Amino acid sequence: MDIETIKSPENLVYAKPELLNDHHMHYCPGCSHGVVHKVIAEVIAQLGLQEKTIGIAPVGCAVFAYNYIDIDWQEAAHGRAPALATATKRLLPDRLVFTYQGDGDLAAIGTAETIHAANRGENIAIIFINNGIYGMTGGQMAPTTLRDMKTSTSPEGRDVATMGNPLRILDMLALLNGVCLATRVSVHTAAAVKKTRRMIKKAFENSMAGKGTSIVEVVSTCNAGWKMTPEEANDWMVEHMFPYYPIGDLKNI
Amino acid sequence: MAKVGYVEVNTERCKGCNLCVVSCSTDVLELQPREVNNRGYHFVYVKHPDACIGCANCGYVCPDGCLTVYMTKEKEPVNPVVTL
Repeated sequence: MDIETIKSPENLVYAKPELLNDHHMHYCPGCSHGVVHKVIAEVIAQLGLQEKTIGIAPVGCAVFAYNYIDIDWQEAAHGRAPALATATKRLLPDRLVFTYQGDGDLAAIGTAETIHAANRGENIAIIFINNGIYGMTGGQMAPTTLRDMKTSTSPEGRDVATMGNPLRILDMLALLNGVCLATRVSVHTAAAVKKTRRMIKKAFENSMAGKGTSIVEVVSTCNAGWKMTPEEANDWMVEHMFPYYPIGDLKNI
Repeated sequence: MAKVGYVEVNTERCKGCNLCVVSCSTDVLELQPREVNNRGYHFVYVKHPDACIGCANCGYVCPDGCLTVYMTKEKEPVNPVVTL
């Protein structure tokens, strides 16, 4: 069969989602952010909400998220994305409002905003990218950094006695009554990407149905910050991150 | 009926992260060992086009959306002539 016949639209299995524009992403090669951006663009197109979606971009590596997905965006101060999302959703209740935050943004400087927005049960979706490190600023230790993990500010490894334990913030959020979905996913294989797409779709549907706050934690890699190749980083994540941040639903009602 | 897959690479968007290469179960893709794209990355190219089964694993894991995957279930023409 010739290539032109195979390339007909009915044979198309996978292509870059149309909502993801042609800007060259600034992320490092192999970064999980790109996959999650792609999944979000696919889900919004699938739900037909491209004209009604407002994303809240964080501070961190994903600070330029507004350059890559063709929807309305707002840029929040560091950690304040859930507060801005609260205001946006209350003023425009017919819109889909989601925040896109990293672990330094959501679990460190923005802990208060995250917990109180979730406790109030704001009808927003929170996409939380957990790579256990501050990627953008040069690989410093984050609250989610694993025990004995070496970073630029913990060169001997994270010492629990002086630096505390890694923070499982999703487990804390799952206890709150305002939360309707708290789930942990990953994007290292095709199957995991499909699962992530299902959970993000569910989170967006919850937001539109007014069921409460949905939090999707994506356990991801930072190969540049971890000083590994992308495939080594995926293996390291499976071996070390998954035992501490197990994949699966903590709450899904 | 054999499945025929076809994968197309947007070489200018590719950053050469190698994730699609390791995700492929039939060893279709490979990073370009010598050539680079305009941004200086060793982009991925289709090394064994005939081995592609169109599973789209490469497309799903690609962080930059460089890969377009097609698959057909039929080797013969899609619309055979029907005589009454």
